Amino acid sequence: MKNKKRTGVFVCHCGINIAGTVDVKKVAEELAKHEGVVLATDYVYMCSDPGQKLIIESIKEKDLDSVVVACCSPTLHESTFRKATNMAGLNPYQCEIANIREQCSWVHKEKSKATAKAIKIAKSIVEKVQRNTPLEPISVPITKRALVIGGGISGIQAALDIANGGYEVILVERSPSIGGHMIQLSETFPTLDCSQCILTPKMVEVSKHPNIKLMTYSEVQEISGFVGNFKVKIRKKPTYVDPDACTMCGECSEVCPVVVPNEFDLGLTGRKAIYIPFPQAIPASYTLDSAHCPGLVPIACGKCIDVCEPKAINYDMPPQIIEEEVGAIVVATGYDLYEKERMAEYGYGKIPDVLDGLQFERLLSASGPTKGEVLRPSDHRVPKEVVFIQCCGSRDPELHNAYCSKICCMYTAKHAMLYKHHVPDGQAYVFYIDIRSGGKGYEEFVQRATEEDGVVYLRGKVSKIFQENGKVIVWGVDTLSGKDIQIEADLVVLAMAIRPSQGARELAKVLKISIDKDGFFSEAHPKLRPVESMVSGMFLAGVAQGPKDIPETVAQASGAASKVLAMFSSDELSHDPIVAEVDEDLCCGCKICIPQCPYEARIFDEQKKVVIVNEVLCEGCGACIAACPSGAAQQRNFTDEQILSMVDIILEGER
Amino acid sequence: MAEFEPKIICFACNWCTSAGADLAGTSRMEYQPNGVIIRVMCSSRVDPQHVLWAFKKGADGVFIGGCHPGDCHYQDGNYKTLRRIKLLKKLLGDLGINPDRLRLEWVSAAEGKKFVNVMNEFTDYIRKLGRLELSENGGPPSGE
Repeated sequence: MKNKKRTGVFVCHCGINIAGTVDVKKVAEELAKHEGVVLATDYVYMCSDPGQKLIIESIKEKDLDSVVVACCSPTLHESTFRKATNMAGLNPYQCEIANIREQCSWVHKEKSKATAKAIKIAKSIVEKVQRNTPLEPISVPITKRALVIGGGISGIQAALDIANGGYEVILVERSPSIGGHMIQLSETFPTLDCSQCILTPKMVEVSKHPNIKLMTYSEVQEISGFVGNFKVKIRKKPTYVDPDACTMCGECSEVCPVVVPNEFDLGLTGRKAIYIPFPQAIPASYTLDSAHCPGLVPIACGKCIDVCEPKAINYDMPPQIIEEEVGAIVVATGYDLYEKERMAEYGYGKIPDVLDGLQFERLLSASGPTKGEVLRPSDHRVPKEVVFIQCCGSRDPELHNAYCSKICCMYTAKHAMLYKHHVPDGQAYVFYIDIRSGGKGYEEFVQRATEEDGVVYLRGKVSKIFQENGKVIVWGVDTLSGKDIQIEADLVVLAMAIRPSQGARELAKVLKISIDKDGFFSEAHPKLRPVESMVSGMFLAGVAQGPKDIPETVAQASGAASKVLAMFSSDELSHDPIVAEVDEDLCCGCKICIPQCPYEARIFDEQKKVVIVNEVLCEGCGACIAACPSGAAQQRNFTDEQILSMVDIILEGER
Repeated sequence: MAEFEPKIICFACNWCTSAGADLAGTSRMEYQPNGVIIRVMCSSRVDPQHVLWAFKKGADGVFIGGCHPGDCHYQDGNYKTLRRIKLLKKLLGDLGINPDRLRLEWVSAAEGKKFVNVMNEFTDYIRKLGRLELSENGGPPSGE
């Protein structure tokens, strides 16, 4: 494979990012001596326009046939330099990146050792590129339909944007209605818009949109395929009620003898086993919760079916597995509150008048259990002293989550303000560590809470909460005055941390996308590719990717949707050609490679008695190559010869 | 005589371990420079023969890094790697090479810190084991 080569090596200083710890001149000098290298030079910023020009001109002047750029990680500038190489008339796959920044200059301090390592890395890549073959991207068709997972505000926004762009969307939501957490909120900061009033029009639009196929009470079970051509299996749980026949009369719920905590009101009220989550639920239909129904097989109660006049209830409704083909996926699975069991120190779950932020939203909400009247759960009296505690489970790396949940400072200010609007003669206290009010109109909003509504902010943490004489006693400290504080409160509201929604970790495994240390889905680049996952064709929106408020969620959802639309605007996708191939002369037809392939890209050719590769299906992992006993299977530009020659040069002069 | 510096070949998968190594760099974490990374698309691309070749050519240690079980970019490549490496470790003993000179670890793209710890710990371990001495005919050397 390695004919006489004319390789050019371009060593980047990256200012002092590389040159500070790696002697770049020496790297160039050493590389110049390497076999087949006709030019080795350095430049302060190879990615700059003059840097790229240097590469292009050198290719022409020195008649180079291959290029190594020793610089940052290939995830950053591989495409830049491959494009430049291509502009000079070379095949882009004749350009390779030697990562001497992230994997060398930034992780080592001793200059001589870092330089020696950078030389090894660069030489190993020279050995590789000298054995590269020119490749052309493989074209694959795109299925122009999208799957959106999660029916909260982010999923709704992404689905509407894609659908309005003219493409079909399947919106999958695991609960009986779309709306997510936003539909539970009473008002939103900083404008105090009614949350339901601004969300329900979008929910209705989803339900009526000709391009949106809504699948509630459904979960994604399995995904195969690749960008542009995913195959999805969706499990639709039975609701036991035909939504087309259901007239929403509510007779079934009336007669149902079972009462369980209502999830929508976070347990502040009860619901029946056959229920509608909330009046504006979409789809507008009842759901029979089989986990709480006394029994369907055999029928233990049967009261609901007896009263259902339109005969919408069907106890024999089976779960369905629905298979769909989509080209792109938006993951918008949102959040759940940090588990209350983990905040036992604040009496949460033990003291009835200690609530979490979402429960307080329900208390404030006009559609809530008290119809918007603020009444404490224990005795239904109006609380006159309310303590709000921020950072419950956030910013506490020893015991809870290290991260900031981002929305709590603002919603606590909103809670305190709305409480004062409901109970003008009441007093609101807020315990805080810092006030984080970055955002348009946010700082002014917090100021309004303190100045107009007289909310008392106390900088410090709460040490203990306990019940005494019908009061909730809060012990804390005000670190600004240095005084211990005791408040005999009627109600305590905990600004609980938000965490990735239940099941996000399992979904990540189904989708094969990565999650970060806190369980949020990882974006492809924290700064520059915030709506893409590491898997091409899968995009992220909303809190599933990290804590954020509604406007940011909507922006990210629209961002993800625009990525999908951009993808759908072309008819074909190009597929990385670093795929497996078979030397038919060497293949003995043993078929060992066939079960190694997760994509069924390897097929046995009965005529030739050899295995062939479907390069459109091949994703280029190389598992089959390592399994091939005869060396017939090779991965393009990752051949055994290339890997071994890299090993050789790294260990040069050792044994 | 200068202190023995182990030579370590690191095979790192593109999606997790190489990205984790990149994160270690972006976060400016420091680790010992003995390991040199060869980036492959998936840890399952690593042929046991590559490992043997590396030992033959003078590596004192070989590291393979892949995605955590269940997180493989290619569905289940890392399970294939696990099976192959377990078997290879059995063979290494017969070849007179301490199987612990070959290390397989799961390092995700978010685990820059883990990559650093593994690199330092493995380098120290190999330094303690000393140079890998192989006899001319490839038979069991002394001491291992």
